[in-house]
Amino acid sequence: MVLVLAIGDLHIPHRAPDLPPKFKSMLVPGKIQHIICTGNLCIKEVHDYFKTLCPDLHITRGEYDEDSRYPENKTLTIGQFKLGICHGHQVIPWGDLDSLAMVQRQLDVDILVTGHTHQFKAYKHEGGVVINPGSATGAYSSFTYDVNPSFVLMDIDGLRVVVYVYELIDGEVKVDKIDFKKTATASAH
Amino acid sequence: MIADGVEDEEKWLAAGIAGLQQNAFYMHRALDSNNLRDALKYSAQMLSELRTSRLSPHKYYELYMRAFDELRKLEMFFKEETRRGCSIVDLYELVQHAGNILPRLYLLCTVGSVYIKSKEAPAKDVLKDLVEMCRGIQHPVRGLFLRSYLAQVSRDKLPDIGSEYEGDADTVVDAVEFVLQNFTEMNKLWVRMQHQGPAREKEKREKERSELRDLVGKNLHVLSQIEGIDLDMYKETVLPRVLEQVVNCKDEIAQYYLMDCIIQVFPDEYHLQTLDVLLGAFPQLQPTVDIKTVLSRLMERLSNYAASSADVLPEFLQVEAFSKLNNAIGKVIEAQPDMPILGVITLYSSLLTFTLHVHPDRLDYADQVLGACVKKLSGKEKLEDKKATKQIVALLSAPLDKYNDIVTALKLSNYPRVMEYLDSETNKVMATVIIQSIMKNKTRISTADRVEALFELIKGLIKDLDDAFHDEVDEDDFKEEQNSVARLIQLLHSDDPEEMFKIICTVRKHILGGGPKRLPFTVPPLVFSSLKLVRQLQGQEENPFGEEESTTPKKIFQVLNQTVETLSNIPAPELALQLFLQCAEAANDCDLEPVAYEFFTQAYILYEEEISDSRAQVTAIHLIIGTLQRMHVFGVENRDTLTHKATGYSAKLLKKPDQCRAVYACSHLFWVDDQDNVKDGERVLLCLKRALRIANAAQQMSNAARGSAGSVTLFVEILNKYLYFFEKGNPQITVAAIQSLIELITTEMHSDSSTPDPAADAFFASTLRYMEFQKQKGGAIGEKYEPIKV
Repeated sequence: MVLVLAIGDLHIPHRAPDLPPKFKSMLVPGKIQHIICTGNLCIKEVHDYFKTLCPDLHITRGEYDEDSRYPENKTLTIGQFKLGICHGHQVIPWGDLDSLAMVQRQLDVDILVTGHTHQFKAYKHEGGVVINPGSATGAYSSFTYDVNPSFVLMDIDGLRVVVYVYELIDGEVKVDKIDFKKTATASAH
Repeated sequence: MIADGVEDEEKWLAAGIAGLQQNAFYMHRALDSNNLRDALKYSAQMLSELRTSRLSPHKYYELYMRAFDELRKLEMFFKEETRRGCSIVDLYELVQHAGNILPRLYLLCTVGSVYIKSKEAPAKDVLKDLVEMCRGIQHPVRGLFLRSYLAQVSRDKLPDIGSEYEGDADTVVDAVEFVLQNFTEMNKLWVRMQHQGPAREKEKREKERSELRDLVGKNLHVLSQIEGIDLDMYKETVLPRVLEQVVNCKDEIAQYYLMDCIIQVFPDEYHLQTLDVLLGAFPQLQPTVDIKTVLSRLMERLSNYAASSADVLPEFLQVEAFSKLNNAIGKVIEAQPDMPILGVITLYSSLLTFTLHVHPDRLDYADQVLGACVKKLSGKEKLEDKKATKQIVALLSAPLDKYNDIVTALKLSNYPRVMEYLDSETNKVMATVIIQSIMKNKTRISTADRVEALFELIKGLIKDLDDAFHDEVDEDDFKEEQNSVARLIQLLHSDDPEEMFKIICTVRKHILGGGPKRLPFTVPPLVFSSLKLVRQLQGQEENPFGEEESTTPKKIFQVLNQTVETLSNIPAPELALQLFLQCAEAANDCDLEPVAYEFFTQAYILYEEEISDSRAQVTAIHLIIGTLQRMHVFGVENRDTLTHKATGYSAKLLKKPDQCRAVYACSHLFWVDDQDNVKDGERVLLCLKRALRIANAAQQMSNAARGSAGSVTLFVEILNKYLYFFEKGNPQITVAAIQSLIELITTEMHSDSSTPDPAADAFFASTLRYMEFQKQKGGAIGEKYEPIKV
């Protein structure tokens, strides 16, 4: 069992002062094995904060990130799964599933984690999964008028991944659970 | 000689202990055999060891403790003797035959203790006798320890109220009288200690003297535990007598220690009720006494007392504690003109804490204290003293901590005036403290006036103060400060759009003076605050009352345009471009076509004139295409102009692969799912064909430069785009076109000159798998894919 935090589009401090305190109290060091961040942190403080939660940190570049050394996209393998990260402002039309699916094929990954729209999404797509963890701070977005702060925890265990979505709605943290199983045919290897 | 001193002392102590132990041994033997005469003889000899003058107080104490333990055994023996029929009065007489005065008095105190217990004589008489007799020892160290012994053996035998030694003739007055007298005498001995010995060892002696202070202070402790001392007696007798001794001894160490001791051992309610008397003593102390510390501790205690229960607050009002303390501080500062500024600020800081606790509703008191502080600081240059500035920060932080609300502090007119005296570095620290307080308490600053006052307070962070320009500022510190300002801007909020607009204008006014280094930090949060306001107003009838003044999205967009423009001049063109595009989208949502067009124009100008880095261009182009693709406000003409430009930029990117990708992304500008009027299949195809040509050119360039063809990735990407539009029902995308593209890729992959690229192979394989997947899906999509041979 491996816990992977997927998080992004914090836009600190352009659009939000900080992570919601409720999220901060949930995210404690030592529980998470990998962090996947889609980008738009935007400042180093946030990067350092992630590092305190978990040293294994994978970040791609959002258009507002001050650190331009982040790559445009990145892949990594966790257990039986191959994961890809890409912020998503490069994929037009923005947030479009069919276009993201192309990126997923290009990176040849089982799970593509992407951001930019600030809307939580998880699609099953021809055997693979596309996940958008939303904005962890509920930052302003031109896509939607009410953004709820959200992030995703993935529990990867063998051929199975359970996606937990944590969403802050009216001050309360709601958790949703989505189950994905990787079948032999969906294997991209 | 001096080096030997320590060793010698060790030797003397060892000799003293040896002598003491030897005599104690014989004394024990005498005690075991009930031989009173020998017991007295050896105990007197044992106590003779305490007559030494060679030991430092520290070593003397060690010897004294050993003697003390032995005397306990002797006391037990005396008690048993009286039980066996020996008269206590006789014993009291008998011990006075000891040859030397010091052993005699120790024995007398020991027997005296048993005497009081026997109740054969009134306690007060015995105590009086003992305390008088002890005058016989005038050597400071020996006298102090002897009297300390007396205090120790008598403390549980005082005729206190409710004590078994209280009687008709014995009252608490006698107990108090006895302790006060012993205290007075001990203090005199203690003060006199400084004059013993050569002047050159004064420093060492003063240190030793400090070590003995608790012997004197113990008396005050005993006093504080006498039940019978009520407020009246404390006010009438105890405090005046103690203070009299403190003031009259004119000794710096004693005065500092004893004042502090009084404050610590007696109850807070007594202090409150005797504030006049207690505070009256301070100006009479020696000018070198560290009054600020003592007085601060008094205020600290009273603050805690006030905080302990709301029931005690009326007492504070009744005795007018604040004005008394305020006066006393004024007098002390006057009496000690040389008091460093740190001391002054420490005093005011304590007074402020006091009034915040006791009179949280009296903001005028707090302001008064700050005002007094300003008065004291005025005429001085900005503070250089590190400790003093630190103390000012503490002073200014106190109201924030108390009220958890900067809004209250903003009402204190003297608050910004105190801040004026901070050097720019500390001013920034304080500004950061203020921002942190706001963040921590989630304080809503919801009027433009308060925002104005707040920015006045934190101006050290907002712009370069006059003297700051030559300071070397650490890059990381600067970033951190400016990020905290950015966070702050988001907490300035009013639900009333008119007020919110005023807030935005106020913030804007302040941050625009911040200079090129600060603007990239402060402009974005202001832009997003403004965009949120636009959303709030959006959908509302414009100018419902036809008022010129009312806030409209249009008006906000005008301000936004000017605000973002400041970034282009800095120059921070990439950030400016991103913000212009955000504004364009917001204008799109408000159906303001000309405004949106204007924002796009601004973004295009920046792209053309300012953004030259090729990587920045790629990001910018993606943002332009991505935004434009989402716009629905534009009429055909405007749309054509903008898409035409965007396609042109795309084809002019530096690197061929970037060109190719941007051009195929442009295809989405001509085919938008949810816009029926944007479905231009032909131009989509034109884009994709153009992208193919660029991919070909990239291949050829690679061939020419490296002698081998580049990767087929771009072709596979374009194939995916073909499939995308094929599925969307674009009639221009035919099975034949897809088929030939697949063949092209296959040929390229197998050509001799191709470079192996596993990533591209995998991409192609997964694309083919996808097509297979779609085929098997059946239905309309399956049918569509059916003719394609994979």
